[in-house]
Parts: sequence; structure tokens; C-alpha cells
Amino acid sequence: MAQPLNIMLAGFGGQGILFAGKIIAYAGLIDEREVSWLPSYGPEMRGGTANCSVCLSDEPIGSPLVTEPDALIAMNLPSYERFIDDVVPGGVVVVDSSMVGACTMRHDIEYYTVPATSLAEENGLKGLANVICVGKLLEATGFSTEEVCKQAIDKSVPASKAQLKDANKRALEIGEAWTASVC
Amino acid sequence: MAEKVLMKGNEALAEAAIRAGCRHFFGYPITPQTELAAYMAKRMPKIGGVYLQAESEVAAINMVYGASAAGVRVMTSSSSPGISLKQEGISYMIGADLPGLIVNVQRGGPGLGGIQPSQADYWQATRAVGHGDGHVVVFAPSTVQEMADSAASAFELGDKYRVPVMILADGLLGQMMEPVILPEPLADDALPKKPWALTGHKGEREHTVVNSLFLVAAELESSILERAERYQQISRDEQRAESFLTEDADVIVVAYGAASRIARSAVVKAREQGIKAGLIRPITLWPYPKDALEATLASAKAYLVTEFSTGQMVEDVRLVVNGRKPVSFFAHTGGVVPTPDEVLEALRLANEGEVFDIIPFQGKLTRKKEVQNG
Repeated sequence: MAQPLNIMLAGFGGQGILFAGKIIAYAGLIDEREVSWLPSYGPEMRGGTANCSVCLSDEPIGSPLVTEPDALIAMNLPSYERFIDDVVPGGVVVVDSSMVGACTMRHDIEYYTVPATSLAEENGLKGLANVICVGKLLEATGFSTEEVCKQAIDKSVPASKAQLKDANKRALEIGEAWTASVC
Repeated sequence: MAEKVLMKGNEALAEAAIRAGCRHFFGYPITPQTELAAYMAKRMPKIGGVYLQAESEVAAINMVYGASAAGVRVMTSSSSPGISLKQEGISYMIGADLPGLIVNVQRGGPGLGGIQPSQADYWQATRAVGHGDGHVVVFAPSTVQEMADSAASAFELGDKYRVPVMILADGLLGQMMEPVILPEPLADDALPKKPWALTGHKGEREHTVVNSLFLVAAELESSILERAERYQQISRDEQRAESFLTEDADVIVVAYGAASRIARSAVVKAREQGIKAGLIRPITLWPYPKDALEATLASAKAYLVTEFSTGQMVEDVRLVVNGRKPVSFFAHTGGVVPTPDEVLEALRLANEGEVFDIIPFQGKLTRKKEVQNG
């Protein structure tokens, strides 16, 4: 039985935070686990930070609102600052270092810094920094497998954008493979 | 078995309603309910149904009245301020014995309030859903699966008893995604016959009347009393609740909907700490599941109620308990969702024999010791 994993994903509206959360949630569904996905909604999504709680567990999920994340994906500085203190000791944080820049770091959690936005642009995957971060989280926590996450991408990408499935899968792989700056 | 899909509560409820035979939706957009109406707008035209965005909530509920009188399965959905606007029409539906589904994806109030999850419309749903001597059946789902399942139950009970039915959800349940297995679509011929519906008598039967106006007092009384008998039957036969770890529980949390999920997390944590905690989760709010609560009164030492309001359902719990055991209360309101740890702390206090009404006030916990009646 895998450990339950409570994940907070946060960034600017438009960075694909909710979509990244959906891939993780769908992976949990394919793995036949209990999952929940809860977005922040309302005015907060326009201009401010968008965030999304995802829970993966083998037991029925109580509160779907993640207040003490085991893992955080932070895709900008305000989001990092808002949620970093909530991460449980021993938890994991994936930081898009192209967007977060210099920040105060905690010493009791594992950092995975990935220049996801730059990597996405360099690889012709503009707008897929979110999925690169999911790839890094996958590698860091083993919340599922690469194969399942790719199936989850197939499920999550809407039919009208089916041509983007392969790009999403490449972004996932790039995130998984990025190992240079674990600290 | 049908495939599990990941859906928002609002969308799962909409699709399940369609599968339960609903082909008529009248509404007006409002957060955090909008995905439900948007889903209907996309789907209904493809399946020969009607989606109509009315000019107001008042118009929408009266369209529901009309469609229901014509015998079809029909629904509307809104969020708290919009439900207030629908109340007149709901009362007319009650008075005319018309079924129909009304979904309230609650947000903070009063007034325009906020758009975050709330349970502050409990009294409105269970006590004062419209003027006059009447009720609607109220379902309180707590998962996306239940959002879907409650749609079918709502139409079934509504048609069976000729009463409007409300699904009282909240922003959290409406917005969140969870895996859901959608029910199989109901065959057209599986829908109940409605001999009272206004479908045209074609010279073959007496004409039927759908009306809520009775100017002769004795006639109005008899129509109310006839309905009251149905309410009694509903109260007896249709109470629904889930009991979780209650058999040996010293302290029992009573919570519904999204609050019950927080409470469930707190109960699991309490058990890990050796506190014998349990949960009663009302699935119907009217009729209130008195029997499930009554069944625990001999063994439980104390009750804790938690909801997203300053204390509404707690009154129903106190009515059932009637002074026989202490009932404490803890809540957040206005769109603030309590954490499992806060509920756990309240649970721990209740387990230690404290009796309290706690409402966090400006970041501080203010505790009011309360004298129990009886």
C-alpha cells in the first residue's frame, strides 16, 4: 500500500496549475486509488494565485482541502511564499526556479528546483512548465508511474486539443529526467 | 461495471440528472454552481432536451413549475442568493403538489455574501423553503459520487410523493473533482406515470387541475392535511444517514455534506489517538435522520456538531437528543472551511466532558460554556 499523498499546486492563473493537478488525480484514478481534486475558485483565479489541492490515498478521503501538504509544486514566488510554511517536515517541494527566483529555503524539507518555464521554452513546449513540474514530482515522490501518468495525460487533455498529448508526455519526461539541482 | 471518470460535483450531478430522465433545465448563472448550468447548456440540445437560461431566478423556478405540471422531470440549480429568489415559486410548487429538483450549491451569506463554500442555508432548506405549511425533501451529498446518486433519488422521491426535492450541496462539493461511476441512463418507459399531469384530456378523461389557490379555508386545510400525511410517511420511511465507527463511540460528531468530510478526517485522527470517536452523517436533512441519532443515545457520552454556519443543524440534533446527553458545537462560517485539526481539538474537549459552543472569532477561539437544558 502506497502512502497517502496530499499535494498543493500553486502558481499564477494561466500556468496550468489546475490541469497539472488533474493529471496527478487521473493517475491516482488509473492506479485505483481514492483521489480528490479541489481548485481555488473565484476572483482569486484572475491575476492572483491559482491553487489546487490533490489528495491520493488508499482510504476514503476526508477533507479534500490540503492544509498541510506532503508535496508542494510552486510555480511563482507569491505561491511559494504563501504555502511553503504549510509543507509538513520531511515533505517535498518542486520549485519552478525560472519563476520563483531567490527565496528563503527551509532545511527540513526536500527541494527539487527545476527551471521549468525556461526548459519548456527551450524544448518548444511553451506553456508546459506545469507538466515538467509534475514529471519532477513523479520522480521525487513516485506517486505513480511514468506509464500511468502518460495514460492520465491522454485522459486529461481535451479531445479538441488531442494534438498536444505528445508534447505533454515529452514535458513529463523532461521533468522526470531533470536531476541537476536537487538540494 | 461502468468506467470511473473524474468529474466535478456540479457536472456529475448534471449528467446524473439527465440519466435519471431529466430533459428540462431552467436556470440562471451564479458561482459556485455555474458548471452545472454550463454542462446542461452543452448537453441538453444534443439529446433533444431543453436548456433555458431564464431572465431571472424567479422566472426559472416558474418555468420549472410549468414543466413539472406537464409531467416531465425538470430541474433548476442556483446558489444561496438565487435560491432566496426562487422561494416563492418553490412554495407554489409545494402547494400545487409538483415534484421537481432544486439544487442549491451553497455559498456564504447573508446577502450577496461570498462565493466560498457554506452551509448557512440549512434553515432555509429545512424550515423555511417558502411561505406556508410545507416542506421539501432535502438531500445532502458529501462526495461527487453522491452528488450523482442523489439526483436519481431526488427525482424518484419527488415523483413518488409529489413533492419538490432539494439537493443541498456547497461550493466545495460543486467545484471538486473525484472519481465517479455514473448511473446507467433510465429508459424512457421506466419513468413513472403521472395521471395528474396536464397533458390534455383528449375527451377521454376528466380534466385535471394543478393549482395552489384554495379560497375556501376548509378546502385548503384538507389539502394541507392530505400533504401532511405524505410528510409523515416521508419522515418515517425516507430518513437516510451514514454511521461511521459509532457502535463503541464515546463521542459522536454529527456533520453533513462537506463538513462531514472534515469531521471524518478528525474522527480517524481521534481514533489514532485512542479517543473513541464516531460520525453520524445525515444524508437527508429533511426528513432529519432521527432514528440513526436515537440509536446511539444509549452508548454515546457526548455529541459534537460541526457545520459551516454559526449553528443551524445543531438545533435538530438538540431536538433529538433533548437534553439526554451534552451537545457541543464548533464551526466556521462565511466561506472559511475548518481544518480537521480544529475539529479534532473540539472533539477532544467534548470527549473530556466539556460542553461548549465554539465559534472562532477574529482568529481567536472564544468559548462559551453553555448550560444544558433538561
